[in-house]
Amino acid sequence: MTLLGQFSLWTALLVGLWGAVLGYSGRWHARPELGVAVTRAVYALFGVLVVASLSLWHGLITHDFNIEYVASYTSRNLPGYYIVSAFWAGQKGSLLFWAVMLSGFAALAQWLTPAKYRSLMPYVGAVTSSVVVFFVIVMLFAANPFARLPFTPPDGNGLNPQLQNIGMVIHPPMLYLGYISITIPFAFAVAALLARRVDAGWIQAIRKWTLMSWLFLSIGITLGMWWAYVELGWGGYWAWDPVENASLLPWLTMSAFLHSVMIQEKRGMLKRWNMTLIIGSFLLSVFGTFITRSGVIASVHSFTQSNVGYFFLAFLLAAGILSYTLLYTRWDRLEAEVQLESMVSREAAFLYNNLLLVGIAFSVLWGTLFPILSEAVRGTKISVGPPFFNKVNVPLGLLLLALTGIGPLIAWRKASIRNLQRQFVVPLSFGLVTLGALLLAGVTEPYPLVGFALAGFVTGTLGQEFWRGTSARHVMYQESYPVALARLVSRNRRRYGGYIVHLGALCYFVAFAGYAFKTEMEATLRPGDTASLRSPFGHTYTFTHVGVSQFEQLNRIVSQASVQVAKDGSPIGVLSSEKRQHFSEPTPGLRQKSFEPSTEVGIRTTLQEDLYIVYAGSVEGTEEAVYRFTINPLVVWVWIGGLVLVAGGLIAMWPGGAAGGTLRRGQAGYEVRLAGTASGVGA
Amino acid sequence: MTSRRRFLLQGLAGALPVLLHAGPAAGQQQPLAGQGAAGELRDPAAAGRPRDRATERDNDEYIKQVEHRLQCTCGCTLDIYTCRTTDFTCTFSPALHKEVLALHDEGKDADAIVAAFVEKYGEKVLMAPKPEGFNIAGYIVPGIAILLVGSVMAAIMVRRSRVMAVASAAGDPPVSGGSADEMERLRRELREFDE
Repeated sequence: MTLLGQFSLWTALLVGLWGAVLGYSGRWHARPELGVAVTRAVYALFGVLVVASLSLWHGLITHDFNIEYVASYTSRNLPGYYIVSAFWAGQKGSLLFWAVMLSGFAALAQWLTPAKYRSLMPYVGAVTSSVVVFFVIVMLFAANPFARLPFTPPDGNGLNPQLQNIGMVIHPPMLYLGYISITIPFAFAVAALLARRVDAGWIQAIRKWTLMSWLFLSIGITLGMWWAYVELGWGGYWAWDPVENASLLPWLTMSAFLHSVMIQEKRGMLKRWNMTLIIGSFLLSVFGTFITRSGVIASVHSFTQSNVGYFFLAFLLAAGILSYTLLYTRWDRLEAEVQLESMVSREAAFLYNNLLLVGIAFSVLWGTLFPILSEAVRGTKISVGPPFFNKVNVPLGLLLLALTGIGPLIAWRKASIRNLQRQFVVPLSFGLVTLGALLLAGVTEPYPLVGFALAGFVTGTLGQEFWRGTSARHVMYQESYPVALARLVSRNRRRYGGYIVHLGALCYFVAFAGYAFKTEMEATLRPGDTASLRSPFGHTYTFTHVGVSQFEQLNRIVSQASVQVAKDGSPIGVLSSEKRQHFSEPTPGLRQKSFEPSTEVGIRTTLQEDLYIVYAGSVEGTEEAVYRFTINPLVVWVWIGGLVLVAGGLIAMWPGGAAGGTLRRGQAGYEVRLAGTASGVGA
Repeated sequence: MTSRRRFLLQGLAGALPVLLHAGPAAGQQQPLAGQGAAGELRDPAAAGRPRDRATERDNDEYIKQVEHRLQCTCGCTLDIYTCRTTDFTCTFSPALHKEVLALHDEGKDADAIVAAFVEKYGEKVLMAPKPEGFNIAGYIVPGIAILLVGSVMAAIMVRRSRVMAVASAAGDPPVSGGSADEMERLRRELREFDE
């Protein structure tokens, strides 16, 4: 099967090159059958990479330890689902995963794109094939997943215990899918530039793709936070690690694009900016991959250092130079159809929002690269950790939260004083009441205080938007309130789906603000001993050590330490944390310990706070256990926020709703331009 | 007695002592909950590196704050406090914690402890660079960039809105060249914007 895998990769290289050369050549303008050939090449590319993937999976499932990748990431006693996920657990396998998924997306784009955009599709095929070819080249010349060992070991190394978690089965593919699918909007943007068809067409064609990429990135990032929280045991979910930052960068620029593209659709503005954002998002996704795989910046998440980093750096530079040069050559064609009328308008709010999102992306990128820059300038190695990122980004994040509440309150084109008064009263009241309540409760820390007050303001804004729309339907159509709300959302999925996304983001901010009140302590307890910790909400938890038991489970020896928990004296249950010593068993009865013991935390979640206990180890090999107890306020709102955000994104993406509305508004924007041009002010 | 019955009785006789003396399930150990005693673990190595007892000083808020400013030198990129209370396989962070305690015992305050660490391990030991010299650029460049771009954006918008205002004041016909139907349609669509 490895031979078949190798053969498939070489075939993929040839097919991909054929599709790319044919697509870029433009000869299909005169010979339409060549355009069809590009589409077929894209389908064929997907087919051969599926064969390559099945070959690798076959090696993993049949424990073919002669394949170096299989021996490195699996073992005979690894549970089945982790054998499946081992496909993307290592550098080489994840490159193949990337290539096959991208070719799948490329095939879907060719298949699903409506016929009216057909003139773009050969170029789209060329761009996607080029990117796939790049990944195939990396595999063939630097990181071949089918490389064989000179001998066959009796068992493999097994999978890193920290990757043996359901979060790691789902999180990496989701994140990869986000990174990968950005290639499709990028391909359409480049196609529009190459074809000189920079009207709103390409924007319409990629709308669902951009939302899908953004959703995958959101899910991937949130699952990554969840995995870090439940698996790594440090009691947090975001550490501003370079690899984490790398995933955030394209998410931020894609978020900016999802906002600014509305201005292009409605008003014919920001065309150049939108092109810049899509190209930038793609480059940032490649940059993220470069950071993760090159080892150029120290990170706990990165793959083993290898020479694939040079390939990614070269690709990043080439793609950046070519894309922006192309954009420069089409710059004049991307002139706005109308100009902004007022700095106090919905359009301006979108601009400010874009400024902040891209500004935050820049500051994260700057902080991530600053150690390299500093070493180059001063010759001194420095570290840039959470204190730096929090200092720079928290104020920007709060401004962004404020804009989330302000934006929907301002009218399009130009807001009047009366409009502002009418719109702001309720949200501002919400914000002020929240602020007052917190001050009365004794909260004095400035950032959380401002964060919660702004959360109140945004809640007011969103509540007002839903309330007004629902009550208007209730009055006009005599619908009951639940029916009116459901129809309001379903008739304008994009707008209200977007508001639901904002609600999800709001939950994130509430959770982030709550994190400032985290409390923790270490304690050493003999069975029967107790320790107490006071919650920021005022109650006291008491932990009574039950003992440590050891037993075998699957491919590991588990040492489980348990505590009985009482809240203000009332028992609320037992929490356990574990040490897991994994082992491999090349032949029955012959056990070898693999990896250092890993830690599993015990978590009790409520809407208010999480109790988070970690068994750090035992004293002198006895049941006397060292624990870390942590109370994490409002953490669950990160996961709730993630669910709400995804639900909102899916609603916004769902087909149907107010069909044609965007087009009508686009036409209206065009007429506004005509009117403006006629009066001499629109150009 | 048939050989089958004899076989079953012999099997039962052999199994009884085993059943009567059955202790915990294989590989399990009974905890000594609430006994005050600390039973020995069957496989201490499986429970990770042996730990020292936590002391009050390990929870000292002042020490924690100092350790949050210093990076563990094991390469994990975590601060000393987080590393020593998270990565229980790390041998660096417990040693660095002891160094912090020793320096504190010498009467050094937080800044002096941090300075001693920088002198010994280099600037890389700081979780965030000191805001001095070239490092200032690290802190202020993002803010300056946002302000600069924002100012340019605002200036352009103000200039353009002034041009539009002047043009309107000059009495140019707001719209021309459209039929009555087209103008009605335009008005209708513009109303949609504001909804």
